[in-house]
Amino acid sequence: MVENRPFLTFLSHLVLILGLLVVFLPVYIALIASTRGPTEFLSGIVPLLPGDHTIANYRAMLQSGLSTSGAPPLFPMMMNSLIMALAIAIGKIVISIISAYAIVYFRFPFRALAFWAIFVTLMLPVEVRIIPTFEVVANLSMLNSYAGLTIPLIASATATFLFRQFFLTVPEELIEAARVDGAGPIKFFWDILLPLSRTNIAALFVILFIYGWNQYLWPLLITTDTRYYTVVMGIKRMAAYADAEPLWNLVMAAVMLAAIPPVIVIIFMQRLFIKGLVETEK
Amino acid sequence: MQTKRTVFPNKALPYFLLLPQLAVTGIFFLWPAWQAIWFSFLREDAFGFKSTFVWLENYARLFNSASYINSISITFTFAFAVAFLSMAVALLFAVNVNSMIRSRNAYTTLLVWPYAVAPAVAGILWWFLFNPSIGILPYLLSMAEIRWNHRTSQADAMTLVVIAASWKQISYNFLFFLAGLQAIPNSLIEAAAIDGAGPFKRFRTIVFPLLSPTTFFLLVVNVVYAMFDTFGIIHATTEGGPAGGTNIMVYKVYADGVIGLNLGSSSAQSVVLMCVVIFLTVIQFRYIERRVQY
Amino acid sequence: MATVELKDVKKTYAGGVEAVKGVSIDIPDGQMCVLVGPSGCGKSTLLRMVAGLETITAGDVLIDNNVVNRLGPAERDIAMVFQNYALYPHMKVYDNMAYGLRNRGMPRPEIDQRVREAAATLGLAELLERKPRELSGGQRQRVAMGRAIVRSPKAFLFDEPLSNLDAKLRGQMRIEIKAIQRRFGVTSIYVTHDQVEAMTLADILVVMNAGLAEQIGTPLSIYERPATTFVAGFIGSPSMNLMKAVAQGAKGLQLADGGSVVKPRDTELPQGGREVLLGVRPEHFTLVKDGKNADLELSVTAVETLGADTLAHGRPSGSNGSGGEIIARLPGASRIDEGDVLPLAIDPGLAHLFDAASGQRI
Repeated sequence: MVENRPFLTFLSHLVLILGLLVVFLPVYIALIASTRGPTEFLSGIVPLLPGDHTIANYRAMLQSGLSTSGAPPLFPMMMNSLIMALAIAIGKIVISIISAYAIVYFRFPFRALAFWAIFVTLMLPVEVRIIPTFEVVANLSMLNSYAGLTIPLIASATATFLFRQFFLTVPEELIEAARVDGAGPIKFFWDILLPLSRTNIAALFVILFIYGWNQYLWPLLITTDTRYYTVVMGIKRMAAYADAEPLWNLVMAAVMLAAIPPVIVIIFMQRLFIKGLVETEK
Repeated sequence: MQTKRTVFPNKALPYFLLLPQLAVTGIFFLWPAWQAIWFSFLREDAFGFKSTFVWLENYARLFNSASYINSISITFTFAFAVAFLSMAVALLFAVNVNSMIRSRNAYTTLLVWPYAVAPAVAGILWWFLFNPSIGILPYLLSMAEIRWNHRTSQADAMTLVVIAASWKQISYNFLFFLAGLQAIPNSLIEAAAIDGAGPFKRFRTIVFPLLSPTTFFLLVVNVVYAMFDTFGIIHATTEGGPAGGTNIMVYKVYADGVIGLNLGSSSAQSVVLMCVVIFLTVIQFRYIERRVQY
Repeated sequence: MATVELKDVKKTYAGGVEAVKGVSIDIPDGQMCVLVGPSGCGKSTLLRMVAGLETITAGDVLIDNNVVNRLGPAERDIAMVFQNYALYPHMKVYDNMAYGLRNRGMPRPEIDQRVREAAATLGLAELLERKPRELSGGQRQRVAMGRAIVRSPKAFLFDEPLSNLDAKLRGQMRIEIKAIQRRFGVTSIYVTHDQVEAMTLADILVVMNAGLAEQIGTPLSIYERPATTFVAGFIGSPSMNLMKAVAQGAKGLQLADGGSVVKPRDTELPQGGREVLLGVRPEHFTLVKDGKNADLELSVTAVETLGADTLAHGRPSGSNGSGGEIIARLPGASRIDEGDVLPLAIDPGLAHLFDAASGQRI
């Protein structure tokens, strides 16, 4: 800063700390609620200090869930979310990196057409083509399956553009040196381009993992079998139920469990996450 | 379109490399989008046996229906409220964090995580906080003689979903504002200080104008987010209610199509939304072109 | 090791741009051919056609007497050193050098032996486990050389390999490259825009301009007898002075800018009335004490004192200024000031005459 005014610095910290309190508030309250017993919500407002039902609540949710709400236990739902997040992240990265490779390192008829076809997917989020996409998946007998949960979501213009952009910055001479060194297209991709793309892949993985884990509308549409429920869509059923019955302690335990994995990924891979976020917007 | 100066001579390989992406795109994006357009011109009879081509009748009905007009206006209110609230708070955070040196990374870490919380989960968190019978916020509000009930008041429900949607988006806006602030050369700030501008004047006359590309970019991104990525928040909390008070367009497509099973109307709504996304994407890309030249 | 031969090689790009308009060069086994010229003259394109990185529009490239037009770069058995080195950033020095050998399926022990030998020759033995980013510019340059050497190819191709180095290192690497090329006796083609590199490295020098080879010869023959005004201006520093003049028969040459009549000694004069360009290298002017022995008087407008030499910039006295500036390179000890009028003699036999219209040597 240009001036050194301790009062201004103090004011800045004050604003930030108050702001952070507001940002943390909903999670703190949820966390507290998830440590309390079932009867403690009958009287007035949510308590502000932790209770002693933590282990019991979380164990109950992981193992049996809110069976009355028709949702399965949390643990299998979390596994489904994990499978979905990993499959989407890996699938998107794989098909995007190879299509970007084709677009940048080859010249062939209909190259521009292919590029535009991929580009158009940017303009067609699931939300605007719900019913026909559902019908396609239904016709392919992919309802209630992991394939149905993931494959329709793995086309990605953003990831393809990211890799294309990155490939364009790779020095021309590397492919020339590799060709002189006798490397063909597959070998060049595997030995040179893929290792060079490591950081980009990792950054993209963080973003896409969160994207996959947080999917809501799609699993809601194509799963009717509780064995394929994901945790984010599953808790909605419980929340609706909890509004009628005082089971908020259990619902909030479920909410925490649904939120924790992606939050951990972001906090521990913050640098990659920020890189991924900024790069995908280029 | 750009390629490398030197490319591989293979003829068939690039098609194989593109095949998976194009197959998924074709089957799950382009074909359904085309179907949506086609269905939007059809009307099914009551039993779903027969459909007739009705030209623009679905669209005409749509734009003559009070509930759709209502949905459009609600969507605009919601989108701009979310964009404004989350950007304003994020900018406040970014400006203050940017003036820190040692604590900058710590604050950043404390602010990025809400991005990872699913919209539906964010919705439930605030839904709980605002719960009229046990929530802490209605309790505090009642002390100020304000009665809160998002189950009956449309304004309360809208406020709830706006706050939940904005809360989740603060991280994103914060990171982009912080990057934008750090891209402003320090020499400019110093020059302004020498010219006698104090911190607030500097922000108003130097920093904020120089941030305008970032601000505009974020405005577009936030509107897109609020219009299309907040389905989970609405569905998990208000379900469009009370009495359609939070029935944003994306939720209405779902409600009319999946729950109401009105294929023609839902498809027409899909097509309208497609036009909105295309419009917003074009704005975004034209802006990026300018940013590159800049 | 092999001969490299270019027969009327042409390159026309899809847009119709003619980058190379027909160049023929013969490079005997073990010789170093340097292609020099300004940017855009087609020298890099020509090299890349030899490498197989650009298709050949017309003509033939022969390596070891075989036409290689249709072969890919790897099949031509050539090695290339790139301007930015093109080292694989994620591979250690050892792997960078071994990569091409592995791709050719060479047995491991032989690869190891070759890499270590080349590394020892280039002083890289200590650096084999490092990544390229941990090396200095000169070391990276050596690794790029090493990658070429280990292959024992039929030809080395250098694409401006020294232009990313600072001046001092460039001088040093120039000598190293020459020494290595001599030692291994590998036929080489070297592209540069730097005429010092061109002069010092070449066995055969090719001066290129606008897609054509203006002159091919040994560096000295080109310096001594430039075939065109372009070559005359390009080779030598500072450039050769070119003065417009009209031949006056036995009297000499009347400078077109209104200066005096010049009669260079030991020079065959063209027939009267012909418009010519009189070329004199700055280093071929001698300051004479006696004005009577002078061929030309120079009114000095600027002086650059370099220590060893002094460069005197000026105009022929009596000139109206339309002929541009003349530079004379004089001994460093000459004390010269602006405004001096210097009596200069052209060294006998070292004047060059070109046709004013065509630029060809007379």
